[in-house]
Amino acid sequence: MYNDKVKEAFANPKNVGYIEDADGVGKVGNAACGDIMEISLKIKDDVIVDAKFRTFGCAAAIATSSTATEMVKGMTVDKALELKNSQVVEELEGLPPQKIHCSVLAEEAIKAAIEDYKSKKK
Amino acid sequence: MERSIYLDNSATTYTDPEVLEEMLPYFGQVYGNASSQHFFGRDALKAVDAARERVAKAIGCKPSEVYFTSGGTESDNWAIKGIAYAHADKGKHIITSVIEHPAVIKTCNALEKEGYEVTYLPVSNEGIISLDELEKAIRKDTVLITIMTANNEMGAIQPIREIGAIAKKHSVVFHTDAVQAVGNLPIDVVKDNIDLLSMSGHKFYGPKGVGVLYKRNGLKIARFMDGGEQERNLRASTINTPAIVGLGKAIEIAVANMQKNNERIAKLRDYFVSQVLEKIDDIYYNGPKDTAKRLPNNANFSFEYIEGESILMHLDMAGIAVSSGSACSSGSLEPSYVLLSIGVPIEVAHGSIRFSFGKNNTKEEVDYTVEQLVKTVKILRELSPLVKIIKGEDKYV
Repeated sequence: MYNDKVKEAFANPKNVGYIEDADGVGKVGNAACGDIMEISLKIKDDVIVDAKFRTFGCAAAIATSSTATEMVKGMTVDKALELKNSQVVEELEGLPPQKIHCSVLAEEAIKAAIEDYKSKKK
Repeated sequence: MERSIYLDNSATTYTDPEVLEEMLPYFGQVYGNASSQHFFGRDALKAVDAARERVAKAIGCKPSEVYFTSGGTESDNWAIKGIAYAHADKGKHIITSVIEHPAVIKTCNALEKEGYEVTYLPVSNEGIISLDELEKAIRKDTVLITIMTANNEMGAIQPIREIGAIAKKHSVVFHTDAVQAVGNLPIDVVKDNIDLLSMSGHKFYGPKGVGVLYKRNGLKIARFMDGGEQERNLRASTINTPAIVGLGKAIEIAVANMQKNNERIAKLRDYFVSQVLEKIDDIYYNGPKDTAKRLPNNANFSFEYIEGESILMHLDMAGIAVSSGSACSSGSLEPSYVLLSIGVPIEVAHGSIRFSFGKNNTKEEVDYTVEQLVKTVKILRELSPLVKIIKGEDKYV
């Protein structure tokens, strides 16, 4: 049901872990629903210089976390705020319909991390 | 070397080559319609009759009590609706359990919409119903008790004989979904007080698309399919001769080799379970711990902090086929209702895997599976934000 790109992102995920001195952390989902995504960001001059994730969830949840963190690295926070789940799906060359919510979770985790950063900056 | 290890024998089994060989003539030379009166038909009918006798012998009933169907789901639907409709004048109450297969639960749900009342008995934390609660649930208008012989997810075996005795005492019809049990457990419908029993050919090395409903003679049941007069005018549809021949051969082989296969499979399963429990922390071994109360081929684990589909996919990539009780494999949001019913916490139930062994699995395959499983669990736990949260070490909460 998964294409090779999704399988590769799941089998060899990038950016696994937690940035100890993160500037913004976003955590979305809940264990009862079977999905939790946590993304931590290192931000310098409003540019995302590093992104890491930890995910409890299915193969698609892990693949979208890996891909989304790859995508936002190097982006300005404002650009990253515009990241849509459909772009993550596109990057993965498609997800099964019942797995689209995983990409939504990835989008939400990025947004939550950036909002955390912005609220700390104030 | 590419591995290919099949540990999903409760989902289906391969068709035994001996079974297939017995079936082949009925696709070719002996292609007659078993209901036809000419010699083509008579030859086919002879084979169907022989299969009926084999089934009867395997479960201790008369050949006239064996009805061939399209599989376990049809048998369950027919038994439950057929009894409910035919006995509606007596009452509209049915007793079942919370851990039945969807073929039973959903059929009961459908009857509820038609005005029937259904009692769903709870189960213990090992997945077994209470006989006291069963007896207390029986009412004057109870027409049917339907309780599975053995559970498909975590292998719990119900006290079928005692359930049958209680049903008999109160003159209530007793149906059992024995889809996971036939070929794995000895069954004698007379001694076990069973009025109706469902089975499915492909669970015991027979072909897919064929099953049986055993129905005690003299018990009134409504027709399930309207049409021709096949199966003593109770189940219309052209007789599926090759598949029926295959089921007959498969059940004969299964019963003849049951003890030998069970001893070997249970030993392999027990070895697997002990290895997993020894090598992986923070896991639940779901279902009965007492092997006498559990299908010999079943092992079911929940791995804390990680999700079942991810485990399944990693094992899949390592050449190991298993099945998951997680919501993510089925597309629903809830994890296995069976595991929730036996008290597995919802977040833990998401991380469940069923390993079901078959007659060809080897110790070497088990060793490889344990090795890959240990690796998989480690990889996924390193990815999981839950490990520290639940252990109370997370500084970000």
